[in-house]
This record gives sequence, structure tokens and C-alpha cells, in this order.
Amino acid sequence: MRNLIISPSPHIHSDLTTRRLMRDVLIALFPAMLVSILSYGFSAVRLLMVGVLSCVILEYLIQKFILKTAVTVNDCSAAVTGVLLALNLPPCTPWWVVFIGSIVAIGIVKMTFGGLGQNIFNPAITARVFLLVSFPVIMTDWTIPQGWISAGTDAFSGATPLSIVKEGLKTGLTPEQIFTAHPSLSCGQMLFARIGGSAGEASALALILGFIYLLVRKVIKPTIPVAVIGTVFVVSGIFYLIDSSSFTGPVFNILTGGVLLGAIFMATDYVTSPMSCSGQIVYGIGIGLLTVLIRFFGAYPEGVSFAILIMNAVVPLLNKYMRPARFGAK
Amino acid sequence: MSKTFKMGGVHPNDHKISNDCAVEVMPVPSRAYISMSQHLGAPATPIVQKGDKVKVGQLIATPSGFMSANVHSSVSGTVFSVEPVADLAGNKVMSVIIDVEGDEWMENIDRSSDIVRDIKMTGEEIVARVKECGVVGLGGASFPTHIKLCPPPGKKAEFLIINGAECEPYLTSDYRIMLERPEEILIGTRILMKALDVNKAFVGIEDNKPEAIASMKSFSSQYPEIEVVVLKKKYPQGGEKQLIDAVTGRSVPSMGLPIDTGVVVQNAATALSVYEAVQKNKPVIDNTVTVTGECLAKSHNWLVRVGTPYEEILQLSGGVPENAAKIISGGPMMGKAVSNLKAPTVKANGALLILTEEQTVRKPESNCIRCGKCIDACPMGLEPYLLNKLARAGRMDELEAHNVYDCIECGCCLFTCPANIPLLDYIRGAKGEVIRIMRSRPKK
Repeated sequence: MRNLIISPSPHIHSDLTTRRLMRDVLIALFPAMLVSILSYGFSAVRLLMVGVLSCVILEYLIQKFILKTAVTVNDCSAAVTGVLLALNLPPCTPWWVVFIGSIVAIGIVKMTFGGLGQNIFNPAITARVFLLVSFPVIMTDWTIPQGWISAGTDAFSGATPLSIVKEGLKTGLTPEQIFTAHPSLSCGQMLFARIGGSAGEASALALILGFIYLLVRKVIKPTIPVAVIGTVFVVSGIFYLIDSSSFTGPVFNILTGGVLLGAIFMATDYVTSPMSCSGQIVYGIGIGLLTVLIRFFGAYPEGVSFAILIMNAVVPLLNKYMRPARFGAK
Repeated sequence: MSKTFKMGGVHPNDHKISNDCAVEVMPVPSRAYISMSQHLGAPATPIVQKGDKVKVGQLIATPSGFMSANVHSSVSGTVFSVEPVADLAGNKVMSVIIDVEGDEWMENIDRSSDIVRDIKMTGEEIVARVKECGVVGLGGASFPTHIKLCPPPGKKAEFLIINGAECEPYLTSDYRIMLERPEEILIGTRILMKALDVNKAFVGIEDNKPEAIASMKSFSSQYPEIEVVVLKKKYPQGGEKQLIDAVTGRSVPSMGLPIDTGVVVQNAATALSVYEAVQKNKPVIDNTVTVTGECLAKSHNWLVRVGTPYEEILQLSGGVPENAAKIISGGPMMGKAVSNLKAPTVKANGALLILTEEQTVRKPESNCIRCGKCIDACPMGLEPYLLNKLARAGRMDELEAHNVYDCIECGCCLFTCPANIPLLDYIRGAKGEVIRIMRSRPKK
């Protein structure tokens, strides 16, 4: 018999690994990627390819040649960032803009803070906001490229449902008149596919499928997504009840824009969300509230990215003051 | 519906491969090494010398303090020497070494297999007998049972809980005795109830042991004061605080004792020891040891005399396989790795588990991804990720403020961590240091 291993308990480990969690997130994003590719064709393929490859290669190069530390790209976290970045951009974004986004996400937001687990802000969201303020024209060009599923005669181009509503409201129309003028703004349309918006926002149903997968695999708990979506629903519902001629309804608000993508895949990012359940609820409510306020009163038609970034900054405080319930506490 | 504890916990695979192995009586060793430290507290003081003749069940060491217990000879023969012997971790512990000659028992021990149902002793007599027979908690902590039966002044027990959870993977010794000797365990339970003067007892058993539940229920039906409670399988259900929570819904306060909630917990094997001590006058000289692991050709549940060297047990179980990488005394979650195979068994040894390298080797640590899974797993509601960081930085004040002393060292955090961070290694060390600092403060 050879030498025995001596180490403290526990002597066994669950088969959970960082790589498995990240792989599950990629699998959960698969329906959204598929719908995006089917809807936007080659543009979406290029977007995803550039996003993933540039994030993974950048992380590899930075770890290997600048930081000279162990290369950890096979934990799949850079690939997740790449996919999320791609899905948060308009389908027609040129490749070099995606590449700049990857430099911001991996190079600045993730690696300068110390790599996986150390960053304060969500890399993909920060990159998206960086690109939005740096290239406002490109980042709001919502042209719908030719996809592989039928475009339908009323597919619109050039604007997202949220920007159509925002522009319409500015000209003095009521939401009802705007919806009548744009029959494609129906909820059925948004659930399945082909609405103007970021590549990952093509279908609410695909995102919800991914959400269910994450829950079944116990990768995330429903706390944050439910808090975000619930708050958007309730707050926009209150505004809608007060004045339905100026504000859009709650169902429209949760199905459009980045609410689902943000709530399910961005706000639940382990690294940049609170650790305790109570902290997660506060964080989710904060994101929902800020999203609705930016949408209804801000200059931008959409506010999910800003809301998540702002709440990211609050996470260290939430971790400090919102601690988990303790057994036998007096 | 099955009950369970509210907070945290993990679900390791069962691996109860020795479930169907009936308890076999292991041959008496040729030489027994009987440790003086088989209980929590001060080691017992030997009262025999080299050359003395001893019988099975004869008292060979007496308590050396309040927190201590009697030790009896588990074999008959001649005392070879009284000297320190290395325990499973290689630490030298004062022991009585006895060369075995025959198997001659003390005459006052009832060796028949008849079940004695009438409890004739009074509560005080029971406590005295339990103390006399050296009964200690067999769940793992080896707390002297007679002390647990005398709650501190002003505290009164309301319930007794018998711990039949056996939530550790692989272990089956409690399962086997609940299957094979249910009536004796229940009489032991009634004896404990009488000593504690309580009217209600619960036997908590996890739902992965339906046969044990059926076996215990078939006898408990004649005792309305004893209720078998089916628990939903979750580790660490057998932790005292978790079991009390699962069965009664009460929470033992931080830094408090079970008696603060009016509950006393005893292990099923301890209840059996109490039965044997009180009804049969048999001290703790043997116990059930599960020898198991996937790499063994056959697993066993042995009735082993205290002081039998691990080597002999492993030899009689088919030898240590070539691919064995770690031998654990106890279960895989809380057991201790054995470095010295010559070490002898003690009263509370419940298992020898043999794991291969693949099953037990620790994977390299990577960055914390702040997933919070350690928080979800912690049954005490602590923040293991944070305690680990504070422990590595040596920030004792903050460790205390974050209640590191509440840690029960169950290992759920390390078991679940996707980054393989050795959370408990650091927390355990810091906990010891923080408790030492807290104790060294002048009392107000």
C-alpha cells in the first residue's frame, strides 16, 4: 500500500465547478442565440463569433503576457461575457465596435480588477454602456438584417418598440394611438421573435426558456429576476393606472427592451450581485425601479443597463449591511 | 410530510453500500490497546498496573475530573503495560495495553440475549449506573452521558430526542442497530426519559432508511410517549442543533446548549449502551463499526471490542486495497483521516471508510466567483466566503463579529464550493483562535 493522504474533513466534494456553472449559463443562452441567428441571419453569427473569440483571446493574452498568471480561459467565464456582450448589441453592430466592447469588458472591467470574481461592475453591461455613449449612432441603429425565418410584412426597422413609444409620446400621441399605428408592437410578436432591439432581445420566450434551465440546474435562484421583473411590472403598472395617456402598461414594459435579458442573465451575474437573499431582493427592486424611472422620465428610451450598473455599485454596501439570517441569533 | 431543518444543508450521495451487511461479531484481538481519552474532557486515570489480571468489563481507569469518564477492560488477560500509544493522528495518548487470554467476563454482567423490559431503577440510580459503566455519546463527540443527564441548575428537559438520522454518507452502524435491536434502543430511550424526567421522546430517522423506520415504529407503537419522526434526507441532519430544529422547530441560541430549548439529544447507539448498562450491567466495551468503501470487495458492519487496532479490523475485512488513498475514521463529511493504522478503536468509533484518490483528492483552488453557494449551504447561516477571507487575513475581531464561533464544522461550504476553496480549513483554524481569545477575556 502506498502513502495515505492526510487532510482535514470534508473528504468528499460535490461535482460542482466554476466551469460547469459557466457552461450551464452558455447552455441557457442557447435558445436566445438560436432565435437571434434565425432572426438576424449572418449578422448575428458574426456578432456572436466576434464577441466570444475576442473576449476569450483577450483574456488569454492578458493572463499569459501581461499578468503572467495561470491562464483560466477554460473556466468559460470569458465566453459567457462574450455571448452576453454580443446579445446586448444591435444586430448590425460592425465587428470593430464589438471588439472595442470586448477590450472594455475583459481588459478594463474584468482583468484590471483582478480577473474572475474580483470585478465590481458587470463586464458585458459596462462595455455596452461604454459603446452606447461612445458610438451613439451605431448603437441605436436597429436595422433588422435579413434572417432565415420569414420577416413578415409588418416587421419594422429602424427603431425598438421602446424608442417608437418614446418618440411617439414626444410628438404628443398617447400610447394607444402609437400601438394602433404600429400593429407589430403586440405582445405576441414580442414573445416569439422579430422585434427591433439588441440581438438577444429577439424573443422573450427564448430568454424565459433559458431562465427555466438555470433554475432547474440550480445555477441561480429566482430571487433577483423575480424582484427585477416584479418591480418593473408593479411600478410601471402604478404609473399606467395614474395616467394611461402618458405611460405604457406593465406587460409591454416587461416584454420589451432588455428587462428579461437583464433580469435573467445580467443582474444574476454572481460576481456583481449581492450574496445574501435579503440583499438580492433590495438589489432587484433597485434595478426594476431605476429601469422604469429612466424609461419614463430619462432621456434614453431604455434604462436596464444603467440600472444594473448603478446597482452594481451598491452591492458592496448591501453585502456589508444585509447579512443572511443566522441560526439561533437573538 | 417529512420534516427537516430550515437553514442550509447539502445533499451528498448516499453510498450506503453496507446497508444490507448484518452486524458480525469480530474476533477478540490478541492484544488490546485501551485509550484513556475516549471521551470529551480530561483523560481517565489508570488504576491497573503491569502484570495485573483483568476480566472483560472490569474497571481499569477512573475519571480524573468533572468532565471525564470511567474506562473498562474490553478483554480478559494480563496488563502488558500502561504507556502512551499513538492514536489515529499519531498523537500519544496514555493507554492500558492488555495481552488477551481467553474471554472471561465479570460475573455481574448479564450476557444472555433476553430483553429486560422492566425499568426498576430510579432516575438517580440510572445516572449513577450510566456513569459507572462509562457511557459516552456515540454520535462522535464522546460527551460523557451522565453529565448530559444532569441539566445545570434552573434548566429542565422537556423532550428527549434520539438521533437516528445518520446523515453522513456511507455510515450504516446506527441503521443496523435500529434494524436489529430496535426494542433495546427503545427501552434505552425509556431509561433516558426516566433519568431526565421527561414525558415525551422523539426518534428522528431520515427517510432514506425506510426499513429502520418500520422496525422502530413496530416496537414504538406500544410506547405512546415515544414518537418516531421521519426526516427528509439532508446533511447535516444529525447535527444536534439541526436535529432539534427539524424535530421540534426550536432553535438553540447562538453559544447556547440544547437544554436551553428544553431538549436533550442522545444518539441511537448511546441509547443502546444505556440499555446495556442499566438492564444488563454491561459497561461500554464494544461498539458497531462500519467498514466500507467502493474499493473494498465487501463492506462490513462489525461489533468490535474497544481497543482493537485498525489494522486488524481492516485485515479481517479483506485487507486495504491497492488503490486506497485515504482511510477515514468516521464519515466522509466530518471524519478524521487516519495516519496511523496501528491506532486502536475507541468507544465512539463508528466507521472506517476507505476512499480512492479519485474520490477524495482535492482539486486545485480557483478564484471565488461570489456565487453565494456556501451561504446557501451553511446550516448556521454564516458567510463562509467572508470568514475564509477574514481568516486568511488574520482579522480576529471581524471574525468574532461575523460569529465564526457558531461554525459546527459540518463541511457543507467546502463540499459545495465550485472554486474548490478550502473554506473550512481556514474557518476551523480561525474559530479555534477566536474562541481562545474570547475565553481569555476577563469575565464580567
